[in-house]
Amino acid sequence: MPDLGKYAFAVLAAYASSLSLIALLVLISLRQNRRAKALLRALQTKEDPSR
Amino acid sequence: MIALLSRDMKLALRAGGGFGLGMVFFLILTVLVPFGIGPRPDLLAATAPGVLWLGALLACLLSLDRLLALDYEDGTLDVLATAPLPLEGALFIKGLAHWLTTGLPLVVLSPVLGVLLQLPPQGYSWVFVSLLIGTPALSMIGAFGAALTVGIKRGGLLLSLLVLPLYIPTLIFGADVARRGLAGQEVLSPVLMLAGITLGVIAVMPYAAATVLRMNLR
Amino acid sequence: MTLWEYANPVKFLRLSERVLPVLWPLAAGFLALGLIWGFFFTPDDYRQGATVKIIYLHVPAALLAINAWFMMLLGALIWLIRRHHVSALAAKAAAPVGAVMTVIALVTGALWGQPMWGTWWAWDPRLTSFLILFLFYLGYIALWQAIEDPDTAADLTSVLCLVGSVFAVLSRYAVNFWNQGLHQGASLSLDKEENVADVFYIPLLVAITGFVLLFVALVLYRTGTEIRLRRARALQLRRNRQ
Repeated sequence: MPDLGKYAFAVLAAYASSLSLIALLVLISLRQNRRAKALLRALQTKEDPSR
Repeated sequence: MIALLSRDMKLALRAGGGFGLGMVFFLILTVLVPFGIGPRPDLLAATAPGVLWLGALLACLLSLDRLLALDYEDGTLDVLATAPLPLEGALFIKGLAHWLTTGLPLVVLSPVLGVLLQLPPQGYSWVFVSLLIGTPALSMIGAFGAALTVGIKRGGLLLSLLVLPLYIPTLIFGADVARRGLAGQEVLSPVLMLAGITLGVIAVMPYAAATVLRMNLR
Repeated sequence: MTLWEYANPVKFLRLSERVLPVLWPLAAGFLALGLIWGFFFTPDDYRQGATVKIIYLHVPAALLAINAWFMMLLGALIWLIRRHHVSALAAKAAAPVGAVMTVIALVTGALWGQPMWGTWWAWDPRLTSFLILFLFYLGYIALWQAIEDPDTAADLTSVLCLVGSVFAVLSRYAVNFWNQGLHQGASLSLDKEENVADVFYIPLLVAITGFVLLFVALVLYRTGTEIRLRRARALQLRRNRQ
C-alpha cells in the first residue's frame, strides 16, 4: 500500500467510486443481456412447435 | 402562411389559449425571487438580469407543449404536412406565432418587472434588447423540441429535459449582454454572438423540426 | 468483404461472439495493469502529492465521455443515411456507457479539485461543459426510453444527437466566453513539452487503452443485447398478429 499522506481520502474515494460505477455498469449490462437472451429463447421455443 | 399565423395567434389569444399564463408565470416568478434570496436591494439588482432571463426562459418553456400537441391531436398537423406550404415554413410560422404570443409580451413586460427587482436605470435597455434578440431563438428551439416529443403521451417533462440543455448558449450570451450592460461594460461581442445564435437557429431549426415532425407523423 | 457486412445483425452477433471472449480479458488486463501500476508504482507529484494518482481514472474517463458521444453521432449519421439497424442500436448501447464515463470524470474531478483548488466544484469552462454533456446524455437516453416504436425512436434520437452535438459545441464556446477557468490545459497532446512527465505518462496510456477496450467491449455486448431485444419484439408482434 503506497503512502497517500493527507490525500488518502481523495485518491481512495476516486478509485472506489470509479471502479464501483464501472462494475455496476458491467453488471447491469450482463443482466440485461441475460434477460434478453432468455426472452428470445422463450419466444422461439413457443414459436417452433406451431410450425 | 399569413392565414396560419393569424389562426395560431387567434387560438393562443383566446381564453384558455395560454397567452396570459406565460406572462402571469413570469410575474409570479419575479415576485417569488426576493422571497428566495432576500430583500437586499444590491443583491436583487445584481441578480436581476439573470432572474429576468431565467424567468423568460421558463415561461417560454411552459407554453411549448401547446405549440404542436393540440394540432397533433385534432389532426391539423396531418393536414399541414400534406398542404402545399412546406412543413418547414409551417413550423417557422408556428415558432413565430409562439414568439409573438409569449416571447414578445415577456420582452415588453421585462422592464416593469425590472422595477420590482431593483434593476438600476442603466440596466433596462440592455435587458430589453437582449431579451428581444434572444427570445426568438427560444421559440424556434422550442418548436424543434415540441416536434420531437409530439407523439409521446405526457411528454411535457421530457420536453423540458430535452429543450433546456439546448437553451444554454442563448441563456449564456443573453444574460451576459444584460449583465455587461448593467455594469457598463462593452456589450458588442455578446450581442453579436446572441444575434448570430438567434439567426442561425431561425435558419436551421425549422428544417430540423420539420424532419422530426415527419418522422413522428409517419 | 467490406465493413458494411457487419451491418447485418446476424453477422454482427457472430463477430461479437467471436471477438468478445478475447476483448473482455484484454480490457480487464490493461485496466488492471494501468490502474495497479498507477496506484502502487508511480511516485507522487512534487506539487500535487498523491492526488496525481487520480489522473489514471480522470483522463481516460473524460476522453471516453467525449468520444462516446462522437461514436453515437457517427452511429446516428450512418442510421440516417444508410439505415442500418445495428448502427442505431450501437448508438443506443453506447449512451449509458458514455454517461457513466461522464459521471466518473466529474466525480474524480471533484475529488481531485477539493484538495487542489480547495473546492469540489467550480464553474470552470471544462467542468461546466462536462456537466452540460451529461445533461445531453440524459436527454438522449430519456428520449430512447419514451418512444414505443423502435424505428421512430432511432430516427428521433439520431436527429437529437445531431442537433445536440451542434449545441454542445456552441455551449462549449459560450461557456469559455462566460467564465475563465481553473482547470489546467490538456494533459495529453502531441506537443511533448505540454505532456505530463513520462513516469505518469506510460501507465496513463495503459489505463487509457484499458478504458477504450472496455468501452468497445461494453458497446459490442450491449448492442448484442439490443439486437436480441429487437428480435424478441418482432417475434412478439408477429405472434400477436396471428
